[in-house]
Amino acid sequence: MKSVTKAYQPISWPTKGAGGDTGSWRTHRPVVDSHICNKCQLCWVYCPEAVIERHEITIDYRYCKGCGVCAVECPTGAISMEKEE
Amino acid sequence: MKTAQVIMDTGAHAAALAVKSARVDVVPGYPITPQTSIMEAVAAMVENGELHARFIPVEGEHSAMAAAVAASAAGARVFTATSANGLLYMHEVLHMASGGRLPVVMCNVNRGIFAPWTLWADHQDSFAQRDTGWIQYHCSSNQEVYNTILQAFRVAEQINIPVMVNFDGFAISHCLMPLTLPAQEDIDRFLPPYEPGWRLDPAHPSSFSNVTNAAEYAPFREMLSGDILASISLVKQAAQEYKEITGMWDGDTIDTYLLEDAEVVAFAVNSMAAELRLSIDILREQGIKAGLLRPRLYLPFPTEDIINAIPQNAQIMVLDRNYNFGHPGGILASELKSVLFGRRNDLTVKNRVVGIGGIDLTRRFMAEEILSMMEE
Amino acid sequence: MTTSIKKLPDFEQVLSGNGACGGCPSTMALRIVGKALGPNAIMLLTPSCAVASMGMTPKLAYNWPCINVTFATAGSSASGITHALEIMKEKGRLQGELPTVFSWVGDGGTYDIGFQALSAAAERNDNMIHFCYNNEAYSNTGVQRSGATPRGSFTTTTPTGKRQPKKNMTRLMLEHNIPYVATATVAYPGDLYDKVIKAKSIPGMKYIEILAPCYLGWQFDMPETVKMSRMAVRSGAWLLWEAENGRISFNSPSSLIISGKREAEPVNEYVMRQGRFTRLFKSAAAESRIAEMQADIDCEIAFMRERAKITT
Repeated sequence: MKSVTKAYQPISWPTKGAGGDTGSWRTHRPVVDSHICNKCQLCWVYCPEAVIERHEITIDYRYCKGCGVCAVECPTGAISMEKEE
Repeated sequence: MKTAQVIMDTGAHAAALAVKSARVDVVPGYPITPQTSIMEAVAAMVENGELHARFIPVEGEHSAMAAAVAASAAGARVFTATSANGLLYMHEVLHMASGGRLPVVMCNVNRGIFAPWTLWADHQDSFAQRDTGWIQYHCSSNQEVYNTILQAFRVAEQINIPVMVNFDGFAISHCLMPLTLPAQEDIDRFLPPYEPGWRLDPAHPSSFSNVTNAAEYAPFREMLSGDILASISLVKQAAQEYKEITGMWDGDTIDTYLLEDAEVVAFAVNSMAAELRLSIDILREQGIKAGLLRPRLYLPFPTEDIINAIPQNAQIMVLDRNYNFGHPGGILASELKSVLFGRRNDLTVKNRVVGIGGIDLTRRFMAEEILSMMEE
Repeated sequence: MTTSIKKLPDFEQVLSGNGACGGCPSTMALRIVGKALGPNAIMLLTPSCAVASMGMTPKLAYNWPCINVTFATAGSSASGITHALEIMKEKGRLQGELPTVFSWVGDGGTYDIGFQALSAAAERNDNMIHFCYNNEAYSNTGVQRSGATPRGSFTTTTPTGKRQPKKNMTRLMLEHNIPYVATATVAYPGDLYDKVIKAKSIPGMKYIEILAPCYLGWQFDMPETVKMSRMAVRSGAWLLWEAENGRISFNSPSSLIISGKREAEPVNEYVMRQGRFTRLFKSAAAESRIAEMQADIDCEIAFMRERAKITT
């Protein structure tokens, strides 16, 4: 195969932030209370944006759109949605 | 040059044999008269192991072209064929092939367009695809069909632009003519295996044709437009090298007959242009210095070759087998006039629409047409 | 047993910062699908939200080779790719395990404009997985009615609520006699994951339809995507089942509803949370329109209970 080229074909390559820094869309940010969290990973599995780290339950705010699904699905109430400044 | 084989065969079967010679990988197909014979022949070759390829019996021409472009994007050499309304049904996906720079080769067996129904040849179908970004050849013999399909693959894959090889329904597709088949070794020398510059490959994930901003979209379109024009040199090179390897020549961008001293130049494409050679002979017998210019390549329009080939002060008689709706006459005449304008003011262009819906175009009829056009 | 979410792989095929709306069920489901398919796959997309989500040239939010195809041609395009890969392998131009060819298509591209090509690909039993992420409308163009829009639903082209029931696409695909058909939805990721793993292992045509509640089109609160998906299943408005070689089995909790061990929740609660239906309640015929919707659900449960007994 010749070298991969984008000389004339409309080709795109995988990259985070293909939709921009989507964290800027957020009006509310999810905040995790690690004392209440039971590490069940439901927030991780349901996050449409893949911004939650499954073991430490940390959130990549650069891309988190603040949809709040994680907060609704959290069975222990460990995630609260706090208004962005 | 290895020993070639000479057989008697139809144009449709000649096309199928070219598909085999080109070692095509994937052939999606859907029946439509008069193209069906190509697909039947290819399906049989795949079935009996003569051609190591996949035949995909799709449910319509829109899907035939969709499967073709997708298979091409996966890295395969792809062929399909259609006619008339089948070609029109593909229209949307023809744009995807050219915009996506996918070197699909397709035969269109020319047939008049519905409505009302007709089964017979005219050139409305292929000329109606003028703006789809495909290179278009028009062929005047069974041998040329075979030769051109091989040249088409080479050109398409060199510049990543799809190529349509057109020829008339029945007069070419269903009539027997002698056909010379070069040795496979020679064909392989002429047409190397397809090596895509880009393909759908999980080892290098990348995507094809995401949404683009104007800043990205416009350059892609500009490149396509420029590359279609640039393909002229590849078309010539392919014809030349094919001649060197096989000894056969159908012209490159244009084909001419007794043109050098002609005062009256017949201008037409496809099978009628083969018959026109005989009309030229009739006119010459009558003392008229007639000649023929047949654009073998319709798109890109071989502007320079036409301008350079036509003798001074000639009258050009364009015989169009199509209508240029909204304008008087046919499409070829309009195209020709637009390129001559300001370049060859010594020439006169006259135009008749003939042979619509398969009306027989005999040598005598066309000679008489040219004579009557001279009177105009 | 359904795979525990803790056992799902770490790798992500849907990258953060994509163009999807917040709470999008398409990217939510595609993440799980990605974990099942892995990177050795080729993705096809027709015009849809998933294309709007994938980023603009030259950026791509999905970690696969992807091809955007014309709207009507997911089925035939996937056929082209799968045949190309197979013949290239036969001819020695490709080595190793062939990638899974899958289409990620909305309900418009599946039920409506893409139906013909999909039906033909199914009839040919070409090797691919067709995923329909079904948000029950043309959401990407601003929520117009599709063949998947349920009766009673408001869309911009059904201003007084859709009068007709939805087309039953999963059953239509089942009747194509393909090796695998399944339904899934975002609230049950383990179930979805298992179904994709299974589909991947079966040669031929596989069809998986994923109910994808879209907060914008359905008019509920953005954080409630998963909740709405769960309510759809609990009310019986969406049944979880799979059919291997035509043999239907139901998945929990739909299996409990089918077997009669659990009552389906009344549809009222499910529809009351969705703005696309609540307009109905303001009309004089509210009661009869809701009764129609309930009847559609009851009828489907009863039909599927009996259909599952036929194993040809």
